[in-house]
Amino acid sequence: MTTNTIDGHTFAINEEGFFTDRGEWSEELAEILADLIGLAPLTDAHWKALRFMREDSAQSGVTPTLRRMQSVGGFDIRELFRLFPGKPAKKMAYLAGLPKPVGCV
Amino acid sequence: MRTIPEGFVLPHFGDRVDSEHSVDRVSPATGAAVAPAAGGPRKLAIICSKGNLDMAYPGLILGNSAAGEGVEVHIFFTFWGLDIVNTQTNGSLQFTMIGNTAMHMPELGWLKRGWEHRSMPQWMGGMPGMTGIATKMMHKQLEDLDIPAIPEFVDLLQAAGVHMWACRLSFDMMKIIEADLHPGVQGVISAADFIEISDGAQIIFV
Repeated sequence: MTTNTIDGHTFAINEEGFFTDRGEWSEELAEILADLIGLAPLTDAHWKALRFMREDSAQSGVTPTLRRMQSVGGFDIRELFRLFPGKPAKKMAYLAGLPKPVGCV
Repeated sequence: MRTIPEGFVLPHFGDRVDSEHSVDRVSPATGAAVAPAAGGPRKLAIICSKGNLDMAYPGLILGNSAAGEGVEVHIFFTFWGLDIVNTQTNGSLQFTMIGNTAMHMPELGWLKRGWEHRSMPQWMGGMPGMTGIATKMMHKQLEDLDIPAIPEFVDLLQAAGVHMWACRLSFDMMKIIEADLHPGVQGVISAADFIEISDGAQIIFV
């Protein structure tokens, strides 16, 4: 099993670098990772999306897609693209300590 | 932005220049890292030429996924595909069994094992009201998977920053008026215009 270590935090990852154990995630670690991908400091709006991802996936067992963020979480797609530019769903999943979403829509 | 520590594997988000630590794509078959197909930012052009409900989705789903991956996406709606962005028609696209020999009904497996894999007889598709029933069933299946209806899907694409274009020839031929087009459509353009816009793009024809 591969692990990543940064600032004393160690967490298990898959081949791409995504978390494989959501329990190894912490808010402090999320801030560090956000800095790695150019999104630090995380604002309340970022956190609202990340917290929804954590809560929703804890119930459903899978990482929500952008569509689910919109239809279940009530988030605005434009806003998510603005907050997490480029690959919003993957960036959110990463910062929330979750595997990348597998759903198509 | 801080530097990536030695040995740290960062997923590829496409916006770091020093990406030697990050894996771009992983082959689903082998799990090995795969090099990007082409250098530079990726660009995708999708041509939607069909207006049947089942044929409207592939282009929209691919376009939406690509936009979510940071790809610049252009969709060209031509011929019957124009119905997807025509607000007078896009709420009532239909699915027909006729001409589709891959039509199965999972529910038939309850009657007899193996029937769920059988192709539905073509004559059934021609029975009065069958297209309506098949359309309703497809809507239900899509809804169960939280796939948006076509008008809402086009809204979603617009919000995701997908560039949408209507074909001039089809537009004139079908006597559509500009006010009926979805507001996400950026223009009614010629084939030559689309060829210019799609310069350097990978193309998908649906």
